[in-house]
Amino acid sequence: MMNFLNTLDRRWIFLAMALCVGVPILVIGLTGYTFPETPTPLAEAFFNEVDTAGEAKGRRANILVALDFDPASAGELNPMAVSLVHQCAQKGHRMYFISLWPVGPQMIMESVDKVIKRHYPEMVYGEDYVNLGFKAGNEQVIKVMGIDLTTEFRTDVEGTTLSKIPMMQGITNLEDFDLIAEISAGYPGSKEWVLYAATQYNIPFVSGMTGVQAPQLYPYFPNQLQGLLGAIKGAAEYEFLVNNWVREDAMAKVLEAGGFPESKAMETAAALASKPQQVSTWTVTAEASTLGPEAKTKLIELATAPIPGEYLEGQRRMGPQLFAHLLMVFLIILGNVIFFAQRRRGGGA
Amino acid sequence: MLQMKKRNTLPALACATFAVLVSLLAASVEAAPPEPPTNLAAIDKPWDGGGVVFVTWDASTTPIDQLQGYEILAKDLGQTPVELADQTAEQADLEAKDQTETILEGEGVAPQEARQRARIAEEADPAVPVVEPTTWQSLGIISATETSYEATGLEKDRQYIFTVRSIGSDKSLSMMTTPTEPVVPEAAWFNLSKLPLLIALCVISFAVLLFVVLARGGMPMNIRTIAGLKAVDEAVGRATEMGRSILYINGIQDMDDLQTVAGVTVLGHVSKTAAEYDAKIEVPTSRSLVMTAARETVQSSYFSAGRPDAYNPDLIYYVTDEQFGFVAYVSGMMTREKPAACFYMGSFFAESLILAETGNSVGAIQIAGTANPSQLPFFVAACDYTLIGEEFFAASAYLSGQPDQLGSLKGQDIGKMLAGLFIIVGVVLATIQAITGSSGLEDAVNYLKEVILGS
Amino acid sequence: MQILTRFIPLLITGIAGLVMIISAFIPYTSEWGQKAGQFFNILAAFAFVLGGGNLLKVHLKKISDQSVGWGYSGVVLICFIATLFVGLFKIGAYPNPNFPNVPFSGETQGTGSWFWWAYEYVFKPLTATMFSILAFYVASAAFRAFRAKNFEAILLLGTAFIILLGSVSAGVFVTNWIPNDGPFGDLRLENLRIYIMQVFNTAGTRAIMIGIALGIASTSLKIMLGIDRSFLGSGD
Repeated sequence: MMNFLNTLDRRWIFLAMALCVGVPILVIGLTGYTFPETPTPLAEAFFNEVDTAGEAKGRRANILVALDFDPASAGELNPMAVSLVHQCAQKGHRMYFISLWPVGPQMIMESVDKVIKRHYPEMVYGEDYVNLGFKAGNEQVIKVMGIDLTTEFRTDVEGTTLSKIPMMQGITNLEDFDLIAEISAGYPGSKEWVLYAATQYNIPFVSGMTGVQAPQLYPYFPNQLQGLLGAIKGAAEYEFLVNNWVREDAMAKVLEAGGFPESKAMETAAALASKPQQVSTWTVTAEASTLGPEAKTKLIELATAPIPGEYLEGQRRMGPQLFAHLLMVFLIILGNVIFFAQRRRGGGA
Repeated sequence: MLQMKKRNTLPALACATFAVLVSLLAASVEAAPPEPPTNLAAIDKPWDGGGVVFVTWDASTTPIDQLQGYEILAKDLGQTPVELADQTAEQADLEAKDQTETILEGEGVAPQEARQRARIAEEADPAVPVVEPTTWQSLGIISATETSYEATGLEKDRQYIFTVRSIGSDKSLSMMTTPTEPVVPEAAWFNLSKLPLLIALCVISFAVLLFVVLARGGMPMNIRTIAGLKAVDEAVGRATEMGRSILYINGIQDMDDLQTVAGVTVLGHVSKTAAEYDAKIEVPTSRSLVMTAARETVQSSYFSAGRPDAYNPDLIYYVTDEQFGFVAYVSGMMTREKPAACFYMGSFFAESLILAETGNSVGAIQIAGTANPSQLPFFVAACDYTLIGEEFFAASAYLSGQPDQLGSLKGQDIGKMLAGLFIIVGVVLATIQAITGSSGLEDAVNYLKEVILGS
Repeated sequence: MQILTRFIPLLITGIAGLVMIISAFIPYTSEWGQKAGQFFNILAAFAFVLGGGNLLKVHLKKISDQSVGWGYSGVVLICFIATLFVGLFKIGAYPNPNFPNVPFSGETQGTGSWFWWAYEYVFKPLTATMFSILAFYVASAAFRAFRAKNFEAILLLGTAFIILLGSVSAGVFVTNWIPNDGPFGDLRLENLRIYIMQVFNTAGTRAIMIGIALGIASTSLKIMLGIDRSFLGSGD
């Protein structure tokens, strides 16, 4: 046995990994079950920064959304991009999409299709969001954008001159954005945005990135990087926060329309969203007497409606992640058992 | 009658008293708006990169506990005269474009095509959209305890006027102060905020040059043994003995990345050793410019090894810029050809582990070097030797053994000592400040953080 | 010849480096640095032609020599030419809505174009597959490399366990019994993971990054001043 383990063909390890990843994907795909997420302060910081963007200036925020990744890392990063667009859309921020990666425009289109076109059809292209597409030149593009954005981006992806796009009025350089939100898979990515935009012009900057990149970016948090999402874990935490907030926000809007004061509406919505099954009971209490029957129905609907699948990708992917990590722990223990057994026999390592 | 009058007076008095009370109550609810601040002034920030204006004022006479803060507003008055002249020229260009469109249409070109051609002309020489003098734009709201504001993000060479208003704790707004005189946030000829960086640059450069000169003058320079570089000869020798090739990967970035340049430098030494041992070295590259540089270097190495005839440029070739396309090619090649030695020197990303594990599976001796900290763990786990960060940059000096190159490493150490000194000073100051709460030390720590490190 | 291969390249390197440094400190020259960067982008764009030419040469030679695996070279060439043709001529691309009658106004990668199809159904799955191979290699590398050989290795091993478990819900499950708000709340695996990443990892990464930054500064200076010419093929 020990001989077999000692000369273990790595294809056995590959097979075990394939099962640990593949089986949970199938099970979660069939049942829709997700593991509970506890958001870390890093994800909360990311969420809060997007949430409060533009508040200091008392205006609708201009968010530069840079999606610098490709299909290879989309599994890890796409849920972050989708949640980011989801939060911005619900909050009513203006989104300016760009990419420093050649295949980035596809990633932008995917997020726009999944969130804006499907769930926020009222958003108008050119007024609420614009796709400036890909620009070659890596960090040079960021440097130039800091001085004059129109030098690098003369048209959007559809070829419309920027001066003809309403939401581009008053946007001349990076300093006209209230926040830069970036999703990065490598170079050029988070580090370049920190060095050449966030630090140079003191612009709030949040970034989501692959797991291997995250350790390199921790030193910049929280001074030059105000929010950080690392790997699918960060994506799942952020997704969890956004989904909860979106539900609460939608419910608060119904309550506000029904005569609740703003702060009371948010408070009640948060309490109701945490216990969706009790909403129907609540609607018959005296507290809900100001609400009309339509509002009550809407409220119950919002509290109990299932979250669309595209907003659960991150949390669903934590299932395979869990089993893969457990396998890694098992393999490390196994490797050490073999190592010590060999040493006892005098084999050494 | 009198009685009647008396009877009627009481309710009237009650009504009047009620009305006075109500109006008093209303007055207390709708408190008077706060007073605006006074003595507003705005000056262009001197010695900066442009686009920044300091706005100062005297606090409002409204008690601070009744204030939420101050709102700073700016109005863009447009360009300065020189820029206006440029803009007039641009306007003329725009008009010319319109004329082009009309002429094209007149020449029988379809209107849409005419518009398209005119658009292409516009793209080729885009006119900056003319921004008319705008209305007041809020720059931000700051605490009522502050009496100054640094307005950033303004455009250089445009004129701005500023005003400030107080915001009451009940969100009522004061009148705006009289606007300031127009200010142009010009760029100075030198950005003083970057002076600490310039000094650091000069000190480090001076230290490097000083030790280069000293080394040339005969000062002995010692460098510790770097196992990964010492193993180069062993790896090349092994490949020769086994009759298999050497694979050299120069990272996946272009020549503008210094890691690629450092990788090409190491390639020079490896290929020279390979030429001396008569081993075959293969260099697939991910960028065409790297291919050209690598060919030059390898050719030169074969010349200096006295074997120009053995140089084969076809072994240094371009594969693809696409990261995983490149990895797929190299992994496939490794599995088929089973190189005896693999070198990974340059900037690597997710492909690092795929390459190193494939190399490990074919039993190659592997030496890696990168300055991407996130990839170091993968190389350390899968390779025999790894050059970590600065070791990789020191490789050129180490391998060449030239005194001036080694001297530069010594100069680099001075920079490291300086960085260490600043870290110790900063840590000590911040710790003492945290214990004593001294405001003087707090200023010193802030100066270190904001001015020196912020440059 | 020496002038062309040594002196001029070194002069260009020195001047470009100097321009970049000056542009960082003197606002008036900030656009010079930008221009130097643009020059490189122009050169890099031309290099695509060089790369394409080399690709053709290498694989045509393999086919003509009928060397081992020459069939794969045929596949490379067919894919290369087909993608180039489909992309350059915008086959199947819908016209731009702003300019519906203008030929080639459509987006190359627009939904429905052949290029988009190749991207969506060939390129995307292939790159995702290559990236996902990492999961398998990470497991085999961990099995081989994480051995408790000495004290440092034991530390590394312990940290690996905390990070691996703390990153998934298993970490929460294992240390759920420690109250999050209590004095030992930081010992919960998910909190310990963040602490390790933010404190120990940051300290180590910063040290490496300072070393790298100084290495880059010193190497740049050597290259700018022509002390290190090895990248131009001058040998040792």
